[in-house]
Amino acid sequence: MLGVSKAFPGVRALDCVDFRVQAGEVHALMGENGAGKSTLIKIMTGAVRRDEGEIRIDGRPVEINSPGEARALGVGTVYQEVNLIPTMSVTRNLTLGRQPRRFGLISWRTARSLARERLKRLRIDIDVERPLGSFSLAVQQLVAIARALEDDTRVLVLDEPTASLDADEAELLFQIVRDLKGRGIAIVFITHFLDQVYKIADRISVLRNGRLVGEGATAELPRLKLISLMLGRELEETEERLEALPHGAKGEPILRAEGLGRRRVMAPFDLTLRPGEVVGLAGLLGSGRTEVAKLIFGAIRPDSGRIEVGGARIASHSPGQSLRHGMAFCPEDRKAEGIFAELSVRENIVLGLQTKRGWLSRLSYSEQERLAQEMIEALGIATPDADKPVGQLSGGNQQKVVLARSLVSGPSILILDEPTRGIDVGAHAEIVTLIRKLCAEGLALLVASSELDELIAVSDRIAVLRDRRMIGEIGSGDVTRETIIRTIAGARS
Amino acid sequence: MSERYLPLLATIAVFSALFITGGLLYNNFLSTLVLGDILADNAFVIIAAIGTTFVILSGGIDLSIGSMIGFVGVVMANLDPLGWHPLASGAAMLAFGLGFGALQGLIIDFCEIQPFIVTLAGLFLLRGSCFMINLDSVPIQHPFVAAFAATSIPLPGGGFLASSAIVMLVALAIAIVIAHFTRFGANIYAIGGDRVSAALMGVPMRRTTVAIYALGGFYSALGGVIYALYTSSGYPLAGTGNELTAIASVVLGGTVLTGGVGMVAGTLFGGMILGLIATLINFNGSLNGAWIMISGGVLLFLFIVMQRSLLSSFRLRGVA
Amino acid sequence: MTPGSNVETKTAALRPRANTETAALPQRLHGLRALAGHRAIWPLLALALILAVDGAISPGFFNVRIVEGRLFGNLIDILYRAMPTAVVALGMAVVIGTKGIDLSVGSVIAIVGAVITWRIHSGDPHLVVLMAALAVGVLCGLWNGFLVAVLDIQPIIATLILMVSGRGIGLMINLLYGGTNPSFTSPLLQGLSVGHIGLVPTRIILGAAIFGALWLLIRRTALGLFLESVGGNAAAADLAGINARLIKYAAYIICGFCAAWAGVVLAADTHTSDPVSIGLYIELDAILAVVIGGGSLSGGRIYLGMTVLGALIIQALTTSILTSGLPPEYNLVVKAFVVIVVLLLQSDNLRAALSKGFTGRKR
Repeated sequence: MLGVSKAFPGVRALDCVDFRVQAGEVHALMGENGAGKSTLIKIMTGAVRRDEGEIRIDGRPVEINSPGEARALGVGTVYQEVNLIPTMSVTRNLTLGRQPRRFGLISWRTARSLARERLKRLRIDIDVERPLGSFSLAVQQLVAIARALEDDTRVLVLDEPTASLDADEAELLFQIVRDLKGRGIAIVFITHFLDQVYKIADRISVLRNGRLVGEGATAELPRLKLISLMLGRELEETEERLEALPHGAKGEPILRAEGLGRRRVMAPFDLTLRPGEVVGLAGLLGSGRTEVAKLIFGAIRPDSGRIEVGGARIASHSPGQSLRHGMAFCPEDRKAEGIFAELSVRENIVLGLQTKRGWLSRLSYSEQERLAQEMIEALGIATPDADKPVGQLSGGNQQKVVLARSLVSGPSILILDEPTRGIDVGAHAEIVTLIRKLCAEGLALLVASSELDELIAVSDRIAVLRDRRMIGEIGSGDVTRETIIRTIAGARS
Repeated sequence: MSERYLPLLATIAVFSALFITGGLLYNNFLSTLVLGDILADNAFVIIAAIGTTFVILSGGIDLSIGSMIGFVGVVMANLDPLGWHPLASGAAMLAFGLGFGALQGLIIDFCEIQPFIVTLAGLFLLRGSCFMINLDSVPIQHPFVAAFAATSIPLPGGGFLASSAIVMLVALAIAIVIAHFTRFGANIYAIGGDRVSAALMGVPMRRTTVAIYALGGFYSALGGVIYALYTSSGYPLAGTGNELTAIASVVLGGTVLTGGVGMVAGTLFGGMILGLIATLINFNGSLNGAWIMISGGVLLFLFIVMQRSLLSSFRLRGVA
Repeated sequence: MTPGSNVETKTAALRPRANTETAALPQRLHGLRALAGHRAIWPLLALALILAVDGAISPGFFNVRIVEGRLFGNLIDILYRAMPTAVVALGMAVVIGTKGIDLSVGSVIAIVGAVITWRIHSGDPHLVVLMAALAVGVLCGLWNGFLVAVLDIQPIIATLILMVSGRGIGLMINLLYGGTNPSFTSPLLQGLSVGHIGLVPTRIILGAAIFGALWLLIRRTALGLFLESVGGNAAAADLAGINARLIKYAAYIICGFCAAWAGVVLAADTHTSDPVSIGLYIELDAILAVVIGGGSLSGGRIYLGMTVLGALIIQALTTSILTSGLPPEYNLVVKAFVVIVVLLLQSDNLRAALSKGFTGRKR
């Protein structure tokens, strides 16, 4: 793929990206969320059309406009969510659309043996008549791989294949990948797990903010360099040097979490927040940043540990409870968890305060207007009026609306998960200024972010996460990119 | 293997249990005579329900079934005095059912309007057309009708398999072949199981959706033809409420209303269960029709709860 | 929290970007497009069109006379006959707003009719009977709410259960005091249904009162916002601190309550209990009314006023056909056509395809 670009309304997802993979090579594609990985893959596999650039296979330029065409050109894909049909049997999943036929009717006996054949090549032997959903996710993934591997597959794209696998299952997958390598298939491997990349990949390409920031052989790319490529500095149009935050008054912790965790989601951790303090959550994708935020907010119910806010213990944790205790949360995925697309900007914003007040004491229309206007101005939300349905706003502005909602309830503790994702550079500074002002007034802030610079600019302390554990804390004074990266890359736990 | 057939086995079990209960309660109940009667009486609804099974398997719904039954009968009854042989008018109606269903499917897919609403409009359209043609029942007098009604296959034990039941069984066999031995059938299950994944796996969405509703329309029309032949008349109110019976038959047959899981054969037994309940209650003079409705509701409830727990056990295991 | 002038200029700089989607359209078409996209426009046009055609076909259609101290006329007739459907549709709109549906409203009406007859025959004071009828509606709503909110069953399936069994339950209740299709006399209930207060039929005032009460409940408290949030994005609603379970319960209870009122009016109208045919197909009309009124079956918005408009349109069609001299059999077909046309026009895909044809432009 040469010089590929793609823009969606409001954001340039890919900017002149080159990507090459050889036969018999495992090429890892890495980058944080929003870096452009999924867009690149969607273009490669025909789910999305590119704006510029070209794609070549064996040196010949090709057009890939649909999943069917990609498939026909020999590109097989295994998506992160497996994307097979869990209610159907393994045989049916493997042969959908290509069932062997006799006299016009499907011959299931042939299909079954075909299925077993294919799976045997991947070293698995299962009951192909059982519904796919009755198998573990690891097996489902292998079935997906088997489906993607037609006899003429040249390129196999694996999108986060190990995201839900444990160590043994991942190892099994790697053996299969090595087998396929030996057969001359080019493998594109998208992942965020550093260790696995070093184990299996021959070459690595790193995307960041839609651009290719690094590409090279694994052997020539040490860990530290890789991490700094992924989390490194973005090209800023405004060279505002952000001064270190003046350390405000602290005092007694306003939030105290002890041994908070949930099986399979996050190992138990401790965390304290003091008024006016900013604590950052740093770590690579999948390390548990969002999970820590949600556990503290109660969006994920913890099954171990305790949490205290303002000295009062919260018994059955839930978002409603958190809101009443003065916490607010701004989620990362605005589309799935943030916005109410049909509701207006005003309604989306005031909901944050309304849920705290309960259903009876409704905010009057004029109060709602006032609050909405305040927020629109403070955050620079680009909308002609507050009654526009939020679904019509650009992504960045939607994110601002969600942020506004979390601010409007006047919280004493604010939890932000990727607050500046999709917000252009100019607005970065505005939001940072706003947040600083609030902290000076006593707001305690917990920020999860993949943007190291952003974290460094605002945090007093940083909790470092890795593979769903909190592995360390970097105190005030030590907060620099080097220390964070080193801690992440540090000794394996 | 057994997991897939579990809902079907449950349905058959319930049917058998009810049948045996009837045998215990009344003399002469456990006979092929009774069985044959249930099949004959309910053949038309079961045929329509078989077509609906396809629609529901894909995650959709078709409310126009009952109205189609009425419409077909009324048209056939009006073509009769014009000299049309019932087979000819029947064939014409089958073609109509196919086309009407296809149109509904096209509107559903292209305009992205929910199947509930589109087929609801279809219901009104067809039922209204019935009334516009005639308000009263009109007989079909062609001698073929009598001959059709007289044809039957004797069963061991004294019962008869009426012609309507024979047609129903043939239609069922064809449906089973379509559902389980064609790519089209496999695609239906895929769409119902996970729409997004099915599209990613290359299932042709528009073509398949149109075909599914066309097939449903065809079977509804066939049910209407059988009903017209069975009652030898065209009655504009025929089929009222049958869409509900059909949907209940499908659910009782083990098909999940959200789609993706179920078998066409189950619908046969689901419909038979409903027919059996009606027969049981009619045998007992003192109980009234209310019991049919209430027991229908109770059965639905039990089946739905069972289906839910089956489905969630699928998902739970997947997240091992 | 006053941003400095620095931020204000940045805000101004950001604004133009939001309009990139509409910038491509020629300015004169933009206004039309916005108007066409507004959901309310088509139902209003439809109603206006129907009434206009009526006026053209039957001179004197709009005449309203006063006979024996009450208003008479086609317009009044439309409001009168539409009332039960409109009330049911209001409850349905609330449920649909939470991304649900309630197919059991017809059966609830049947049960309510049977309960009314039973309690009157048992000698209860009629005011108590009215309360009992409403309580029945609430109970049915609780049942449906339980299935949907707690057992997490899909609403179309969950309400199907009561839909199938409800009329049977009504028939059973009829048997509680013997007799089939028993009738009753109740000045209170019949007054509510067919009587008049001053010039206006009582049920129209009742309907307006129910509408007003619902409007207060939904728009003057935050309940409407919460309902729409749960329907719009359940995950986000949870994160925002809304108790989705309670909200869904509330929706189905409101729907059951509305159905109960319609049941009171319909039962008192015929002053018999006829569980088999009372309110037949009313759920379909109610759902249609909601959809015509702009509501989407996939939830997110509750349009109370527009839903009433939808119910009026459906009734206006029926009345128009009656007065036009067309045989009443045409009713269903015309209804179907109007519904289809309104729906097709609301479909973005179709509008896009049609406008491509009109302007001859490539997308």
